[in-house]
Amino acid sequence: MTTHVGTPMKRKEDPRMITGRGYYTEDINLPGMLHAVVVRSPEAHAAITSIDTSAAKERSGVVTVLTGEDMASDFAGPLPMVWAPPGVEIKTPEHWPLKRGEVKHVGDPVAVVVATSRHIAVDAAEDVIVDYDPKPAVVDPEAALEDGSPLVWEQFGTNKTHEWAVGGGDIDAALAEADVIVEHRFVNHRTSGAPIETRCSVAEARGDDLTLWSTTQIPHIARFVFSGMLGIAEDKLRVVAPDVGGGFGAKLQTYGEEALVLALAKRLGRPVKWVETRSEHMTTSHHGRDQVNYVKLGAKRDGTVTACQVRIIADLGAYQQLLTPFIPELGFPVMGGCYRIPAIDLHFTGVFTNKMATDAIRGAGRPEATYWIELSMDRLADELGMDRLELRRKNFIPKEEFPFETALGIVYDSGDYQGTLDKLLQHFDVDAFRSEQASLREQGVYRGVGFSTWVEVCGLAPSRAVGPQGVGLQAAFWESANVRVTPTGSAIVYTGTSPHGQGLDTSFAQIAGDILGIDPQNVDILHGDTDQGTWGWDTYGSRSLAVGGEAIARAARKVQDKAKRICAALLEAAPDDIELTDGKYQVRGSPDKAMTMAEISGAAHIPPNELPADIEPGLEESSFYDPENFVFPFGAHACVVDVDAETGKVSVVRYVAVDDCGPAINPMLIDGQIHGGIVHAIGQALYEQVVYDEDGQLVTGTFVDYALPTAAEVPSFETDRTETPSPVNSLGVKGIGEAGTIAATPAVAAAVLDAIRPLGVTELDMPMTPMRVWQAIEAAGGDGPGPRATEQGRALDEHGDGSAGSGPTGPDEGGAA
Amino acid sequence: MSATVHVEVTVNGERREADVEARLLLVHWLRDELGLTGTHVGCDTTNCGACTVHMNGEAVKSCTVLTAQADGAEVTTIEGLSGGNGLHAVQAAFWEKHGLQCGFCTPGMIMAAADLLARNPNPSDEEIRHGLEGNLCRCTGYHNIVEAVKSAAGTGVSA
Repeated sequence: MTTHVGTPMKRKEDPRMITGRGYYTEDINLPGMLHAVVVRSPEAHAAITSIDTSAAKERSGVVTVLTGEDMASDFAGPLPMVWAPPGVEIKTPEHWPLKRGEVKHVGDPVAVVVATSRHIAVDAAEDVIVDYDPKPAVVDPEAALEDGSPLVWEQFGTNKTHEWAVGGGDIDAALAEADVIVEHRFVNHRTSGAPIETRCSVAEARGDDLTLWSTTQIPHIARFVFSGMLGIAEDKLRVVAPDVGGGFGAKLQTYGEEALVLALAKRLGRPVKWVETRSEHMTTSHHGRDQVNYVKLGAKRDGTVTACQVRIIADLGAYQQLLTPFIPELGFPVMGGCYRIPAIDLHFTGVFTNKMATDAIRGAGRPEATYWIELSMDRLADELGMDRLELRRKNFIPKEEFPFETALGIVYDSGDYQGTLDKLLQHFDVDAFRSEQASLREQGVYRGVGFSTWVEVCGLAPSRAVGPQGVGLQAAFWESANVRVTPTGSAIVYTGTSPHGQGLDTSFAQIAGDILGIDPQNVDILHGDTDQGTWGWDTYGSRSLAVGGEAIARAARKVQDKAKRICAALLEAAPDDIELTDGKYQVRGSPDKAMTMAEISGAAHIPPNELPADIEPGLEESSFYDPENFVFPFGAHACVVDVDAETGKVSVVRYVAVDDCGPAINPMLIDGQIHGGIVHAIGQALYEQVVYDEDGQLVTGTFVDYALPTAAEVPSFETDRTETPSPVNSLGVKGIGEAGTIAATPAVAAAVLDAIRPLGVTELDMPMTPMRVWQAIEAAGGDGPGPRATEQGRALDEHGDGSAGSGPTGPDEGGAA
Repeated sequence: MSATVHVEVTVNGERREADVEARLLLVHWLRDELGLTGTHVGCDTTNCGACTVHMNGEAVKSCTVLTAQADGAEVTTIEGLSGGNGLHAVQAAFWEKHGLQCGFCTPGMIMAAADLLARNPNPSDEEIRHGLEGNLCRCTGYHNIVEAVKSAAGTGVSA
């Protein structure tokens, strides 16, 4: 049998998806099913003075209308937040699926309408009359920290949620010894995960047993949380994640609506479905990023970086959701990048504002860090008069020094940063580019290049570092797998991870198939159903392969060992003499004495003669794997953009990415993850921004105002790889799902700044929309004659410009700071 | 909102009749009444294209067509694209070239791509990218979607 690991095997998921036979949560329709629609606050901050549901209840087809007061006894506990760092208090208000007393952001849920059809429920929701007494709102995190700011939660007496700090090395001495210090305020603006499938949840009660089908990345954690919220035993709740139409972190959450449909199904004895509209997604699916980063980077005159000091102000919104306060800190292990920096000092401040909560969105804390690290390295190089790549080379951690312990006490597992940069430059000729750039400038074409030499931390796990004994998440992060071979030689594998587009049905079948000696086409990967397999910790943080895939490999090796023992008994050989070759278990040196896995598994289930007493029937094993360390993927990217100086429009004209996530299981899937990750980052850098106005009204409530990149905005990509194995797991693999998004924003932003530097622009915040770029050129005295309002330019300008007082905006935009 | 309209629509080659609410969107009729759940809804504003179907041979966003407007029309959804003959060339190309990840935008993207190739059998990269800009994908970064459409174009596909 050929080896399948390392080959671009076509996806097992695809035949159903390309024919319209995918099975997504919204496709579920159950007999007698009711439809729930949530009534939401139009106010950013207000007291609820009355709710009149009488007209809604009178509408034909309406089953019930319930408020927060009505449902107060339906929940044994509030929605959870799970970070409890030792010695740090995190202010955490009670957070219930329906609000009582006050609303704290636009979209806060205040009532739910349940009806026999979704249309009726939508109509009836319009009939619910809620009176509000508006209160002052605060939307800018730095303004929220000032004395006299309106308070989101008066009981705390402050909008500051917590402070957390970590560091290593003597930062004061390191800064004092630095010959050059660059300081800058970076803004990582608020974004939306925006999977194309919005959220949807369906709940059903049968006797005491509840089932929740939901668009979630975390079915196992959801069962744990929602059984507790409902006050029922965990065995009474089954959570299923069917096909999930993208997550990007937005579905790494335990949402109030999930608890709500469960409580309604329990209360009403009928199935209940809730479908999120896109406007609801933009309003009440958690947002990401939203940080202000004050960065100091110090170096000796020769370019040796000596010190990195960062103060991070993180806008957490109005509530603490599952991981809200931890997301800014999540990136801390790589807040020195791929550079040897002897002193690092990091300080985090969380802030409440009257906006939707932030939480994990693809990259979660690491894209923010890469952005300020890489742009600070550019600024430092400019200050020193050094080539930007030369400065990076001088400070790279050399490959010989891995595993490398950073100043923060984090051990980077493996890396070859020079190697990925060297390979990048094989594809991208910098000298040729610079000469092309110069000649284009003479023709009035402003072309620029930006580089990102990035490292990230993923594969969450290890529990000892991230869990209660470590930074204090009240969870563990091992992963499980169950591998079962059927009597006819097919394999059924359950993974505790829960994919939503990653292609794990395919890559995991490749891993298990090779180890078992079974064609991957006959290895069925099950996931996302708490009634089907082992307890798991789900999918986020680029952990599925490095933790879940390794758990499968370990369980499959146990099955292989047992298969060898059965084979040995049947062939009257020693187990150690059985080897798996070309898909057959054979006696070493005697190819004629061999069995297929189907024959062995048949014997394991229906023994043809008596097996040794120490061999139990059946062929099934599990593994629970908790890694010793994170894994640290890395790479080098180059982005080339053209800027139209007359309109401010940025066009990405070339993008080259060299990435290293260890040995490839399926290179086709790696490339796909990189492509999508880069475009997510291009969106963040150039187009996407969640904007609230100064009253806390959401300005970007639809895809008309929140501009996802289309096929017409992005180029095709040039990708290549190096393969530096991780010593952490037996497969040598590292995660790749977030890498592109972590890597690319600084490359795109630096390319824009490089393009318009001749026009006098040296700094500009993301998203670098046509309006912002044009304004920056105008402010710098550039020669742009004025914007030609193209159709696309107008749409982008609207979402990029409505940011006065909308949180961390650039100082040139009249923000409320 | 109780006004109903009688419609007769040929859906995937099969004649269907119904009395529908005047306001009922085509996508909701296809999904909720006919059980053709391959057509998806991803936005409220006709931006995402996940609901793209063919009506009288042209790609339309079925979230922006009333069922009543489809009276007398021929509608093809992803379930009917291949006409029962295995995979349509665009479907096969999306599989071959890894043109999908989560699969949610995929039916609409395939329907839009098939329509594009029917109008322009040999599009350039730029024509493909502009031809599909009414369909959003958050997973693939579009690279492999473009590759898939180019690959299908090479087969001389027609919708």
